[in-house]
Amino acid sequence: MTAVIAPGSPRVAPATGVASWFSDGWAVTKRNLIKIKRSPDMLIFAVLQPIMFVLLFSQVYGGAIAVKGTDYTQFLMAGIFAQTVVFGATFSGSAMANDLKNGIIDRFRTLPMSSSAVLIGRTNSDLVLNGISMVIMMATGFAVGWRVNGTPLEFLAGVGLLLLFSYAFSWVMALLGMSVKSPETINNASFMILFPLTFVSNAFVPSDTLPTALRIFAEWNPVSSLVQTARELFGNEGSTPTPDVWTQQHSLATVLIGIAVMLVVFVPWCIRRYESISSR
Amino acid sequence: MTIIEARGLTKRYKSKSGPVHALDGLDLSVPRGTVKALLGPNGAGKTTTVKVLTTLTRPDEGSATIAGIDVLADPRATRRVIGVSGQYAAVDENLTGFENLDMIGRLYHLGRAESQRRARELVDMFDLTAAGDRPVKGFSGGMRRRIDLAGALVTNPEVLFLDEPTTGLDPRSRLSLWGIITDLVKEGTTVLLTTQYLEEADQLADDISVIDGGRVIAEGTSDQLKEQVGGHRVVVSLMTSDAREEAVRILTRYGDGEPVVSSDGRTVDVGVTNGPQSLQSVLADLEASGIELHDAGMRRPTLDDVFLRLTGRSTEVNAGDPDETAGPSGTKPKKPKKPKRSKEKAA
Repeated sequence: MTAVIAPGSPRVAPATGVASWFSDGWAVTKRNLIKIKRSPDMLIFAVLQPIMFVLLFSQVYGGAIAVKGTDYTQFLMAGIFAQTVVFGATFSGSAMANDLKNGIIDRFRTLPMSSSAVLIGRTNSDLVLNGISMVIMMATGFAVGWRVNGTPLEFLAGVGLLLLFSYAFSWVMALLGMSVKSPETINNASFMILFPLTFVSNAFVPSDTLPTALRIFAEWNPVSSLVQTARELFGNEGSTPTPDVWTQQHSLATVLIGIAVMLVVFVPWCIRRYESISSR
Repeated sequence: MTIIEARGLTKRYKSKSGPVHALDGLDLSVPRGTVKALLGPNGAGKTTTVKVLTTLTRPDEGSATIAGIDVLADPRATRRVIGVSGQYAAVDENLTGFENLDMIGRLYHLGRAESQRRARELVDMFDLTAAGDRPVKGFSGGMRRRIDLAGALVTNPEVLFLDEPTTGLDPRSRLSLWGIITDLVKEGTTVLLTTQYLEEADQLADDISVIDGGRVIAEGTSDQLKEQVGGHRVVVSLMTSDAREEAVRILTRYGDGEPVVSSDGRTVDVGVTNGPQSLQSVLADLEASGIELHDAGMRRPTLDDVFLRLTGRSTEVNAGDPDETAGPSGTKPKKPKKPKRSKEKAA
């Protein structure tokens, strides 16, 4: 062990401009994608969970829940998609909490890189993971009889909207991930929030079947708007009347506003938080 | 020439029992090309100091410069001249050694080809050629520390921060890491390291700052610090602990300070000014009192004695448990202390 420092040791270029912002974000995204590739358990979970949900709901409840004008599988799929991408976004939170605990964030924060790169890398790679889940779910859906009745453009718009929503929600969860004391907390806390958010909605049952209090919550729940929009774009809404509430009548606008609010509030908040966190 | 300079660093944390002063007016100055060790027990403020200097934490008060750059005003520029490695600034377990170093190179904006070249070069230099393309997950503790240290060296930084670089390593890996650090310093790198190990500070550091309660309580070379405690210490081992009190009385008579009694109550030692003469007097008095000895002699003080003298606590007692507060010097510590003492046999 001699000459640790090579004669031609590299010099650090100043990090400025869009180019370095882009390359920093890519370097972290690549790191996260390698991680997905190397942890088969994570990938298996991301693949099996949606398959399980599609099969469970369509086969178990399919016979019991009646939806006007269509069969339950058609009605269900948009709901399952929305639920899966919302749950998928929580991974951003637990991954940030883990990186913080393991000291990787400390390493990144001592490098002259763009301060948004770690968060951009995180949300990017989780978008990829969510995309994989979507493809698997669609294949499973087709296998159990789900059919898209919209135009190809509407279909793509629906998929894009679901993924955009999950991307924006990733930032919300990332902030939570940087605010909790341990990665376990985020898993427990997110279930407490996400189960009501996805189940008290129109994702699995038409919201008019719910008791009044829950029905009102479901109608104003942004997840319901997301599901409603996706259902319409996929042509799966059947003849169930759309609830006479602004957020459901204008579900696309509601979802877009929701996504914009999440991004405008949480992106800067996350970056500010990131700039001051450390493992201990 | 000073390359690291910190003045009056103060950092308070809120806790249930009121505010905790992690740093309480800490000053530090490190000349270029030297190794400075921050020595102290857990919770003394070593890690917080490193976190402030490496831009991870902002102090409530105080100022710091590294290579002329104001750390608080321009963290981005600071990050370009420093390398950080230690128990907290870690590497990614799922990435291979090479991938970790390449990623760090890219984040320093070295460019694709240069980053890969440097990563491969470091993997080879740190004797990780065979393991370099395997995920770090499967690395041994020593290999992990080496790849971590390599991560801090990607751009050959002027100033290297090492936070407890060898904590938890086996003796062989520790020696190997010490060798690497020594080589780096020979080539002109300035190193600031924190450690709980007196031996490590003794081996590596040109200069030691002893930290306790968030401030520097003593500073100097290892020899200077040892001189503060006194030239020599007289040590006597008793056949039975019954004679302890009488032995303490006799050692107090000839010593400079309070004698220290070991946890088993059978070894008593005290700092003295004139070693040989004090030893003779002590032995004569012990014989006159009819106290039987197992062993007796003189030894040079260790940094452990320095720490005990300065803080009233032994480092080894505190090292494992930050909440544990041992009694004042001379009383029985809660955990057994295992001093390594080489004694010169008295004639």
